[in-house]
Amino acid sequence: MADIFSSIISVGFHGLALAMVLYLISVGLSVTMGLMGFINLAHGAFAMLGGYLMTWLMSRYDVPFGLALAGAVIGVVLISVILERLLYRRFYGGDELDQVLMTMGLIFITIASVTYIWGPVTQPMRPPAALSGQIDLGFRSFPTYRTFLIVCGAILVTLLWLALERTRFGAQVRAAVDNLRMAQTIGINTSRLFAATFALGSGLAALGGGLGAEILPITTFYALENLVYFLIVVAVGGLGSIRGPFVAALLVGISDTAFKYIAPEFGAFFIYALTMVLLLWFPRGLFGRT
Amino acid sequence: MSHLTPSADRRAADIAAFSRRHRFHWFEALPWLIAVAAYFMFPNYLALGSQILAIILFALSVDLVLGYAGIVTLGHAAFFGVGAYTAGILAANGWGEPISGLLAAAVAAACIGLASGWIILRTTGLTLLMQTLVVAAMLYELANKAYRFTGGADGLQGMSVWPIFGTFRFDMFGNTAYFYCLVVLFFGWLVVRNTVNSSFGRSLTGIRENVGRMHAIGAPVAQRRLVVYALSAALAGIAGALTAQTAQFVGLNVLNLERSGTILVMLIIGGIGRLYGAFIGVPLYMIAQDRFAEADPTYWYFWIGLAMVFIVVFLRGGIFGVVERLLARSRKQ
Amino acid sequence: MVSGKLLFALASVATLGSVTTASAQTIKIGWVNSYSGFLAQAGDQMEKGLNLYVKLHSKDLPPGVKVEFVRRDDTGAPEVGKRVAQELITRERVQMLMGVVASPVAAAIAPLTAEAKIPFVITNAGGVAIPRISPYVTRFSFTLWQTALPIGTWSVKQGWKRGFSAVADFIPGHDAEGAFIKGFTDAGGQMLGSVRFPPASADYAPFMQRIKDAKPDVAFVWVPAGPAATAIMKAIKDLGLREAGINIVSAHDLLPDEELPNIGAFGADIVTAGNYSTTGVRPANTAFLKAWDEEYKGKAIPNFTSVAAWDAAHAIFELIKTTKGKFTGDEAMKFFAAWKDPNSPRGPISIDPATRDMIQDIYIRRSEMKNGKLVNTDIETIKAVKDPWKELNPPK
Repeated sequence: MADIFSSIISVGFHGLALAMVLYLISVGLSVTMGLMGFINLAHGAFAMLGGYLMTWLMSRYDVPFGLALAGAVIGVVLISVILERLLYRRFYGGDELDQVLMTMGLIFITIASVTYIWGPVTQPMRPPAALSGQIDLGFRSFPTYRTFLIVCGAILVTLLWLALERTRFGAQVRAAVDNLRMAQTIGINTSRLFAATFALGSGLAALGGGLGAEILPITTFYALENLVYFLIVVAVGGLGSIRGPFVAALLVGISDTAFKYIAPEFGAFFIYALTMVLLLWFPRGLFGRT
Repeated sequence: MSHLTPSADRRAADIAAFSRRHRFHWFEALPWLIAVAAYFMFPNYLALGSQILAIILFALSVDLVLGYAGIVTLGHAAFFGVGAYTAGILAANGWGEPISGLLAAAVAAACIGLASGWIILRTTGLTLLMQTLVVAAMLYELANKAYRFTGGADGLQGMSVWPIFGTFRFDMFGNTAYFYCLVVLFFGWLVVRNTVNSSFGRSLTGIRENVGRMHAIGAPVAQRRLVVYALSAALAGIAGALTAQTAQFVGLNVLNLERSGTILVMLIIGGIGRLYGAFIGVPLYMIAQDRFAEADPTYWYFWIGLAMVFIVVFLRGGIFGVVERLLARSRKQ
Repeated sequence: MVSGKLLFALASVATLGSVTTASAQTIKIGWVNSYSGFLAQAGDQMEKGLNLYVKLHSKDLPPGVKVEFVRRDDTGAPEVGKRVAQELITRERVQMLMGVVASPVAAAIAPLTAEAKIPFVITNAGGVAIPRISPYVTRFSFTLWQTALPIGTWSVKQGWKRGFSAVADFIPGHDAEGAFIKGFTDAGGQMLGSVRFPPASADYAPFMQRIKDAKPDVAFVWVPAGPAATAIMKAIKDLGLREAGINIVSAHDLLPDEELPNIGAFGADIVTAGNYSTTGVRPANTAFLKAWDEEYKGKAIPNFTSVAAWDAAHAIFELIKTTKGKFTGDEAMKFFAAWKDPNSPRGPISIDPATRDMIQDIYIRRSEMKNGKLVNTDIETIKAVKDPWKELNPPK
């Protein structure tokens, strides 16, 4: 009995860590899809870039973990702003097939670029000594880094909610998601708003990619291999919502870990089945707007 | 819009155009002539050639649902893969007759298409896109799990495909494979061409353009979407079976997201909803991939990706779309 | 289909006409490697071993004879490997195929070599049954049965009676699992369970948790060499398997020499069985390491795949020297069947003519910290090991 209890705790713990990473990466995707009507399949590439920049700064220049992470986020935000102005902007609300073609193209370009710059090998993720090993939380011990990840994720989620609920920027975003035309009519500069949201989403993705490098290893095909997970979180959560992807990420993270524990040979089968059922039940996602 | 109050001339022209649509134009022979010429010009590239032909059929099947019925799918690899595994498992277990293998693949893929379509086609937009993706992903995991039948991540080893009609053996250089794929593609193309030009095909376009109105005029919308989805699945299954039989191997990649994504890309490059987009986009993409990969095995993704972004920014509507716009402009002048 | 037949006749003429028989002085070898995909790191190790040998020994070839390696990426996927191998044979007209990291890829390529009658010299892919697919396959690496079976026997000798196995779910993983269980149970051990996970898994924590909950004395863990091995070591550490009193054993893939610095102190005291470690004290190994360090300037560490590629290149160059570059596929296979090299960096090796696999020494190694560095130290040597699986499963 104690064994089963211990397994449940362990699965819940690892699931929570995965959920945090999935949420950080996917929330930006959810907002861009809801706000700009843009299917950004290349969103995972920003997370991947974040991971690459962070591991590169750490292993090549011995930059401390926190600083490297911050550097990676800033780098990705800059890249995303440039891409948004040059490319993405032309396709807001446009033909979704054009969006698919362009973002698939971007995925391919990033795959090749990171292979060229950093080689085909998985990037080593070495958290600082203080964050490796196990931590004793009184009743049992947990992997320190993942505990840190969960705490970090929780703080970030809270900050994000506060930002969207309590700030002027947040109010503008919510207004634009609800009714874009009305938002424009009352004088919100939607072009600037789009750029800011896009940059924020990409920055969060980079943060998730860097923090989660332990769980989703930084490899060249990252953006393609993990795309299904990000899309599932967005679709199940509902477009343009902040809370939806969080619940969806929890659902996906914990059930995926549980299924892999119970029936490892089936891989991700059950998580797909669950997605299918949920989407039939809630075609607009759990928190989607009608 | 002139459609609302067409002049008498315009209406006569429209009717004439409508009745001409079934007829074959001279340019429709072009792809087939090129395909036969390519056989003689590039005898060392027949393995690639037969793959291109099979993938054109796959792209046609996607064009049918995407271009004519407006179902955006990121999971058509599901049917391609089911077809490939059906033909492959038959050939690995003592039934290597190729043509019945194709038919079995078509039936199996159509069944999966009907079953999954019945469930997921009630959704639309992004949700539908996700459902198609998830169906393919589930089949991928099942194929991985069913190691005994599919070989899982190792791929299906030990396929033995018999000679066609007991006469034409599949050789390593791909001579037989090339003509086999060409003939099957030709029949597949006839089926698609007839479908889109039939009243059934027109009603599909109607559903794509305005579902509400099609409901209003009493068209059985759901049923038609399901039928075309199953037909497209069958064709995709045949394409998968062709690939399996000519490569004598099936790997898990027949079912993966990259396959679903790239077929969409190839079709968009060629042009969607035009029947001939597949004939342009697929060879372009696959020949480019082959050339880039040989010149630089690691970085061909870069050039392909760059080309894709370029096409979206500068060549809207794919190559066929650009050609049509140029033709229309010259006609105006 | 009269016209069809005519076309075929014409086609065969066209094909014949285009055959460019490689000049006797240039020997084309198709080199199939994983430049990308989940085995890219092992591929890089193999590539470095080949390049080093070719660079040092091209001058030893008979005058006027050149060797050209036509390189292709199999991406670690069998369908891609099969396609590029077919292109190498039909387009490039190579006289020999060589390389391959992944067993599924090798298994997909092997049937082609039987049809084309060209030798296929495998330098890593250890799937045990692959040489049975085609008489033109020979292998300079190892089989998982050669390494995983002895470690099973050895574990029981340490008094570890209850075992658990966790392997990647593809050909070599199944081999490793079968071999370990055979060695372990034959010696009197009892298996508590086994688990297989997808080969390209991202997160190993759930699988390692399974082992921890089963509480065995010894866990046999197998994944392909490279980042997956490092990731699994990390999961073992994070979940505290060692602290829970579970001993970890494996084949050499779990602790390949080049990953040891990445794993660090935690990787100490793990016992693996393998055919090569850089610490092996042999004159040939010292010379090999010296050449390696000169070429790669201390930026790379060789492992067993590097050595296998080096040894295979050696055999091929000797074949070319002996035949002055003129050989058929069958002659080459006859030459390989009699191949012996008492001075490989890994010790004495030879090809078993019956199985076309290596006969080689297998070392039981314990990982330990020496001068602040993690190394594999040989603690036991099992002489001249033939592949046990082929002895247990004679050809029908």
